[in-house]
Amino acid sequence: MKGYIIKSLLQVIPVLLLVSLIVFILVRVTGDPVALMLPETATAEDRAVLTEALGLDQPLYKQYITFLGSALQGDFGTSFRYGESALPLVLERLPASFELAVAAMIFAIIMAIPLGILSAVKRNTFTDLLISGISVIGKAMPNFWMGIMLILFFSVMLGALPVSGRGGIEHLLLPAFTLGIGIGAQMTRLVRSSMLEILNQDYILTAKSKGLRPFIIIMKHAFRNGLIPVVTIVGLQFTSLIGGTLITETVFAWPGLGQLLVTAVNTHDMAIVQASVFVIALIVIIGNLLTDISYRLLDPRIRYS
Amino acid sequence: MPDQGMIRQLLKSKTGTLGLLIIVAVILCALFAPWLASHDPASVAPLKRLKPPVWLDGGESTYWLGTDNLGRDIWSRIVYGARVSLIVGVGAVLVSGMIGAVLGLLSGYYGKWINAIIMRVADSFLAIPSILLALVVLAVTQPGLITLIIVIGLTNWVSYARVIRSEVLSLKERDFVKAAQSAGAGQGRLIFHHILPNVMSSLIVISSMNVATTILMEASLSFLGLGIKPPDVSWGGMLSDGRQYIATSWWVATFPGLAITFTVLGVIFLGDWLRDKLDPRITNDQS
Repeated sequence: MKGYIIKSLLQVIPVLLLVSLIVFILVRVTGDPVALMLPETATAEDRAVLTEALGLDQPLYKQYITFLGSALQGDFGTSFRYGESALPLVLERLPASFELAVAAMIFAIIMAIPLGILSAVKRNTFTDLLISGISVIGKAMPNFWMGIMLILFFSVMLGALPVSGRGGIEHLLLPAFTLGIGIGAQMTRLVRSSMLEILNQDYILTAKSKGLRPFIIIMKHAFRNGLIPVVTIVGLQFTSLIGGTLITETVFAWPGLGQLLVTAVNTHDMAIVQASVFVIALIVIIGNLLTDISYRLLDPRIRYS
Repeated sequence: MPDQGMIRQLLKSKTGTLGLLIIVAVILCALFAPWLASHDPASVAPLKRLKPPVWLDGGESTYWLGTDNLGRDIWSRIVYGARVSLIVGVGAVLVSGMIGAVLGLLSGYYGKWINAIIMRVADSFLAIPSILLALVVLAVTQPGLITLIIVIGLTNWVSYARVIRSEVLSLKERDFVKAAQSAGAGQGRLIFHHILPNVMSSLIVISSMNVATTILMEASLSFLGLGIKPPDVSWGGMLSDGRQYIATSWWVATFPGLAITFTVLGVIFLGDWLRDKLDPRITNDQS
């Protein structure tokens, strides 16, 4: 196990290097940072001065090495909007995003496990159809629209919950629901198919013929084995969860990393954009690694090769 | 190409039929937008701003679904918005399908270091949420329809490459490929004549499922102000306008959202049917 973890950690390095290369190429090759930073009235001389100051007159590979060198030291440049170093600004926003992501995931799990089990046990009944229908609609609805409709209903019409911002649990409910519903819908489908597969196996039949109560069979015999693919999907959903925070945070003015990044993109604050992408990529990679490890802990049949 | 038998089979599936109906309706809206729209979708009318839908008090007979904060007709904008959704949805899927298929074929057929490099790049793309990747590119480029298609296409190729690669790996070992090889077929002929036709059905299935993702992504990016810019109309952009007026004028944000949801639902239904028909091995969770 230890060897496996070390090996996986080492594999993170080339992926991170490639992420840095992708970001570098995207930022430096697809756009013109000088044109973005200067007003349209700037003269050719102004442009030349800024090009040199930013090191953009150097050959590309040299620029990349410089970029990578400073990135390794956590230096992604200064945000021209805040006038501060970019990385601390990004890290400062993490707790809020983390709070939202965890709440959304908890919501998704609370929704998916009972609904998934119910729809597997009641296979092909009206209940099953209803649950499948809801989860398909949950997948088709853009989550920012969902968020706006929730605001309309709970905040505007009922006046029960705050429209935006971060604070107590009442601030957390709507954003977490918005972010969690799509993931919950996918998880429900997965729990259902995974339970269906298990309910057809011989040991479930044995348990039934022993006269065990259906509830015990479902919870103790089937559910524990059905959990394995669910853990994987929780891990895989992690990436889309992070992507979803970008939008959900914008809808609810939630002061997290997503909101910071979207504003930075709109104002061409490239230092913040680069720092955020790195931090997010790192979180996703670590998240995937943890998923992989917990997957192996749950199912001893998977070998550490 | 769908023959008559296939369409008859499609009509047997209830959700498949529903999906087909929705998609046909959206395509008709896009094609005949100038005739279906009651107003110019971009014309601003300050005196008519935030009029409610026709069935509510204060609604006006020519503004069926009401008007937005600039007095533009919501129904007309939704009809025109179908164009952007479909063009970006299909266009981006073509882009990512092509990139993914080529990389998957190369990686599966040649293996070794080519495979190692392509799969590492794919892993790195997976480490960045695709919406984030698109944001980064849009931060430094000029927004527009073509940019948006390319950007969304560039961020969604990984699922194609992975599935195609694994199919090629097993096809390579099959007798008919080996036979062609020993009969002296060149690499190009092997790849394009013998392997590619056999991965086509997977390509179609992944594409049909990806259209839904792509339409949602376009709406998200336009909602964030990074996609389609005025005077072009996008459902995501309409939602973003409507969000600010949600407390007083619910209709501005509600109808474009419904349009997105129905369209995506149609694509999902049709895609699910296509998957069951063509390739039951691929599940939704792989896309």
